[in-house]
Amino acid sequence: MGDFLQETKAQLGRWMIHLKREPFNVAFNLVNPLILLIFMGGAFQALARDSVGGDYRSYLLPGILALTAFGNSMAGGIPLLFDRETGFLLRLMSAPISRASILVSRFLAVNLSTMLQCLLILALGLLFGARIATGLGGVVALLMIGLLLGFGVTVISLILAFVLENHGDFFAILGVTALPLSFLSSAFVPLDALPLWMRLLARVNPMTYAIDAMRSLILTGWDWPRLLLMVIVLLVFDGAMFWLGARVLSRQLA
Amino acid sequence: MSDPVIRIENLRKSYGPVVALDGISLEVKQGEIFGLLGPNGAGKTTTVKILTTLVRPDGGKAEVAGTDVLSDPAKVRSLVGYVPQELTVDPYLTAQEHLSYYADLYHLPAASRETRIQEALALVGLAGLEDRRARHLSGGTKKKLDLACGLIHRPPVIVLDEPSLGLDVQVRRDVWNYIVRLKERGTTLFLCTNYMDEAERLCDEVAIIDRGKIVAMGSPAALRSQLKRDVVSVEIASANEHHGESLESLEKAVSQLSMVQRSVKDGTRLKIYVESNDAALPKIIEAAASVGISVQSITYSRPGLDDVFLHYAGRAFSAGGESGG
Ligand SMILES: Nc1ncnc2c1ncn2[C@@H]1O[C@H](COP(=O)(O)OP(=O)(O)O)[C@@H](O)[C@H]1O
Ligand SMILES: [Mg+2]
Repeated sequence: MGDFLQETKAQLGRWMIHLKREPFNVAFNLVNPLILLIFMGGAFQALARDSVGGDYRSYLLPGILALTAFGNSMAGGIPLLFDRETGFLLRLMSAPISRASILVSRFLAVNLSTMLQCLLILALGLLFGARIATGLGGVVALLMIGLLLGFGVTVISLILAFVLENHGDFFAILGVTALPLSFLSSAFVPLDALPLWMRLLARVNPMTYAIDAMRSLILTGWDWPRLLLMVIVLLVFDGAMFWLGARVLSRQLA
Repeated sequence: MSDPVIRIENLRKSYGPVVALDGISLEVKQGEIFGLLGPNGAGKTTTVKILTTLVRPDGGKAEVAGTDVLSDPAKVRSLVGYVPQELTVDPYLTAQEHLSYYADLYHLPAASRETRIQEALALVGLAGLEDRRARHLSGGTKKKLDLACGLIHRPPVIVLDEPSLGLDVQVRRDVWNYIVRLKERGTTLFLCTNYMDEAERLCDEVAIIDRGKIVAMGSPAALRSQLKRDVVSVEIASANEHHGESLESLEKAVSQLSMVQRSVKDGTRLKIYVESNDAALPKIIEAAASVGISVQSITYSRPGLDDVFLHYAGRAFSAGGESGG
């Protein structure tokens, strides 16, 4: 156990150094969310006031938080794929370390940075005039929801890092997931406003449940049944991804 | 005591239809530098990856210090330091951070860590550069850092895959010195290379590998003396613009001589393999004159490892093995 902690801490330390010395990557992740917050929030403020019943930026904030958590988690496996491509990973595996430490350290690093980015988005949202009905407790809850969504997505990304052959494919997948999945959720408009086929897809999208719960925390207050539904859906999603990840990755990292 | 540190027996590995290792066997004794010498694609890296537990063999056996790579990979990993062929430094980390990273991966206790890091930096001549990010180190210095990372845990066995590939002369000499210093400390080294001079100069024992098979094995001196022939290297006047044709006709002329076994063109030179014979030089000069070729220089030498390779593999080393065939 001591060995496992030592090797995991070392690897996590490396990822933290990357985070610190590679701020451009974080900025890259934040581009889409910021465009949405600033431009879409601004553009539709007047138009949307009636249909969402209030400040559109506050309405949009949960969707953007979910998009940030999703995007960062989905991209989280890329550095491991780079390590595979450069041979760094193979060399790492020639050391007497538990294979799980590779995954655990990356998983922790991704979710730490998700949390930081969500905090940044929240701060910017507040700066642009959004308000959070549930206050500081709500901020903590919002971060938790972001993480709960991010966990399962991170596992998908780790699987991709070991199944895909090159990072070009990975970027292609990133390009066609985050934004479309956000549109197939309640991120930008109420579910009722979506056409039927989109509504059906949004209903099976875990992001929808995270966003609905976040939205209630920001706009109205502690809506316990909604929060409970969100927790159940996301735990099922995360559990399924962990199960799949354990199966695929134990084979890939043998 | 006399048990080999590395023992490989009839090792086989294929990648789909490509046979990378076709049943190789070898033994490496405690404290020696063992060289696996062969052209690109011969199977060197595959051998190394099996020894470092990164690739599973299809058949045969590989042991490090009596431990089988398949039955106890964790033990083998802790015994071996591995420096791969390609650079694996992380551009964002400083030299110090690299060493501290590997110190943790090999579970060094906090107490000995700082001394080990300083020792590793000093050994490869990186003292003073510890706080520089790898991104800002030169290619040669990156390689030295890579090498330092492989010895932080003072492993009894170090595996180096083409350590001086693509390095300039000065760095190459530094790397050689480092290898010799490791040997002086009692480390057993397994060195892959496709440089003849590197093998000849550093290795106590050399196995020549070609297309997944070991074609010859022994000390460099023994390998050379097994070859009962010498090399006459003829350079024709470089002013001769048709030197291609000239070499051709020279080759034809000397092939008539009884002591000539074979010849190989090498740039503006012709290498002629002869049975040890004092009359060879004058006879060859005579043959050149008879076809009207002026000789710029001519040397007579004992064979090198490239000649050994040519003899056993049936083709020149520089022709490489990747072409298959
Ligand atoms: N992962 C792989 N997949 C397919 N073929 C491979 C793989 N690794 C090596 N090979 C092939 O196996 C042979 C031996 O390769 P390698 O051991 O890398 O040779 P060397 O290190 O001596 O240059 C080559 O023909 C190479 O193309
Ligand atoms: Mg190789």
